[in-house]
Amino acid sequence: MAETTAGETKNSRLRNFDFKTMGPAIALLILCIIGFSLNSAFLSEGNITNLLTRSAFIGIIAVGATFVITAGGIDLSVGSMAAVIAGIMIIVMNNAVETLGTGVATVLLGCGCSVILGLGAGWVNGFLTTKGKIEAFIVTLGTMGIFRSLVTYFADGGTLSLDFDLRGTYRPVYYEAFFGLPIPVWVFIIVSIAGWILLNRTAFGRYCTAIGSNEAVARYSAIKVDRIKTWTYVIQGLCVALATIIYVPRLGSASSSTGVLWELEAIAAVIIGGTVLKGGYGRIGGTILGALILTTIGNILNFTDMISNYLNGTMQGLIIIVAVWLQRADWGRKSSKE
Amino acid sequence: MTLKKSLFAVAATGAMLLSSAVSADDKITIGVSYPTPTHAWAAGMNWHAEQAEKRLEALYPDVDLVLVNSPDPGAQASAIEDLVSVNQIDALVVLPFESEPLTDPVLNVKKTGALITVVDRGLSQPGIEDIYVAGNNPELGRVSAQYMKTRLKEGDNIVVLRGIPTLIDNERFDAFMAEIEGSGINVLDHKHANWNRDDGFEVMQDFLSRFPDIDAVWAQDDDIAIGVVAALKQAGRDGDGMFVVGGAGMKETIKSIMDGDELIPVDVLYPPSMIATAMDVTVNAFKSNGPVAGRYILGATLITPENAADFYFPDSPF
Repeated sequence: MAETTAGETKNSRLRNFDFKTMGPAIALLILCIIGFSLNSAFLSEGNITNLLTRSAFIGIIAVGATFVITAGGIDLSVGSMAAVIAGIMIIVMNNAVETLGTGVATVLLGCGCSVILGLGAGWVNGFLTTKGKIEAFIVTLGTMGIFRSLVTYFADGGTLSLDFDLRGTYRPVYYEAFFGLPIPVWVFIIVSIAGWILLNRTAFGRYCTAIGSNEAVARYSAIKVDRIKTWTYVIQGLCVALATIIYVPRLGSASSSTGVLWELEAIAAVIIGGTVLKGGYGRIGGTILGALILTTIGNILNFTDMISNYLNGTMQGLIIIVAVWLQRADWGRKSSKE
Repeated sequence: MTLKKSLFAVAATGAMLLSSAVSADDKITIGVSYPTPTHAWAAGMNWHAEQAEKRLEALYPDVDLVLVNSPDPGAQASAIEDLVSVNQIDALVVLPFESEPLTDPVLNVKKTGALITVVDRGLSQPGIEDIYVAGNNPELGRVSAQYMKTRLKEGDNIVVLRGIPTLIDNERFDAFMAEIEGSGINVLDHKHANWNRDDGFEVMQDFLSRFPDIDAVWAQDDDIAIGVVAALKQAGRDGDGMFVVGGAGMKETIKSIMDGDELIPVDVLYPPSMIATAMDVTVNAFKSNGPVAGRYILGATLITPENAADFYFPDSPF
């Protein structure tokens, strides 16, 4: 008898804990079970590798977005930023082929260029938001349009393609594996760990949370609010740059359709992961799971013909809402009262 | 607002009177209006329109072609009004952004007595245009399916990657399926890849994980095909006679067909250069001694290594 009560308390505590923190993990697990039951090839090594590699783009960007959102901001420009960085990277590398050849030096030049552009674009977003005193939504809506039209302009409306020989040098960055995991996945892992440490183990992370929960109080507590907020956008820009560095070698091209809606996917990944949209609470681990969930939904929909193609968006929308509902609804409290 | 409108109407009437006066001095002005190029196909169209302008103006010194592109349907409607009032056009070549919002503006141009040529997308009211030039979407599907049938035998498996869910995509897909039916070729599944390289890559990766035996891919579009080829190469399944059929006529694709690529051996034409055809026909309405009014539906030509050179424009962005 005593044992069962103990079991029940433990159980309810488990449930309480589970849904708040483990919600995204459970949602991902359920998705995987559904995927496997539809087709056992879902869990094949090839598919898992594809899934992880594909998640890397949105995942890396979403890690950056976690900082911005935790500090009470929003960045809508990331998809367009990725496109314009990819475009400029390709132009720079193509032009460098004559002087630097088609070797590693040119690729490194492109990557360096990407990082500088990412940091710069992030700083512009941050500066306009803090010093310019314009709402982040408006600033990044503006830069979203600017970046998107710039890539269209650079590509003359068409597609920018990387020099064919250079593609051979750069290609392994996306396609090669290192200890069984593709390089993009390694980058994703490193960015995630760095992000987790920065958010949870440093003063900077605590400042982000403090600013997000109450900016005025943070200011009175002598936190340099403007500087910290600008830094979150710079981190976001850096993450976009890293994602672009592993995106370009995949197809070696950039066009106006590159990175369309990535901003919304990144924000969705962050929120599914348990970060609060209005700021003040952020979870890197959840963000990573959120990115994986989003990619898995798309993957599963490609694995079945039971659902009409036209309803793909419906399924994605439903799963996003359910995943967030699982962790927000008062599951834990109700069961503990009973 | 009403005052503005009536003022505009007065100005427009004035312009019309002027235009009849101007046409007396034998200069033929033709307005060409189309959406601002925001994707590769449209950029190709823009390029071909500029080429045709240079060529036709060199050929006929008394012909003046005015090219205008607009970023949205509203802007296009205004641009067309300007072509009438400012340029006093004798003919209008228009690729409408959307059928509904541009039907009335084009009808107003028609009322000034100008010749109307509509390209690719029809207007929502019949009988406005004198000349209609368009590609053939059902034919694109049918020609692709016919090629599949020459290369595959009964029991072979194909997968289909579709475009953005639209009427165009449905026309292509339905015609393809109708032609494949009864051939014994299995269409394993079809998914939307939105005429986009990244989506083409991801959808094809998933098809490859899901189906161990695929003999050919109908990608419908050259951009999707590029993603498909990358996925095939990644999975190492690009050999054994596997092939991909795209569509549209992108220059890189045509170049690789010329070079004898086995993975993309053919392409099916849906040319952005149709705007040039429309401009040619419109100029001919003033220059030719033969009648030109009517409907011109371009063939969905199968591009093979033999005829590829005819469709290769290395300077075009598409």
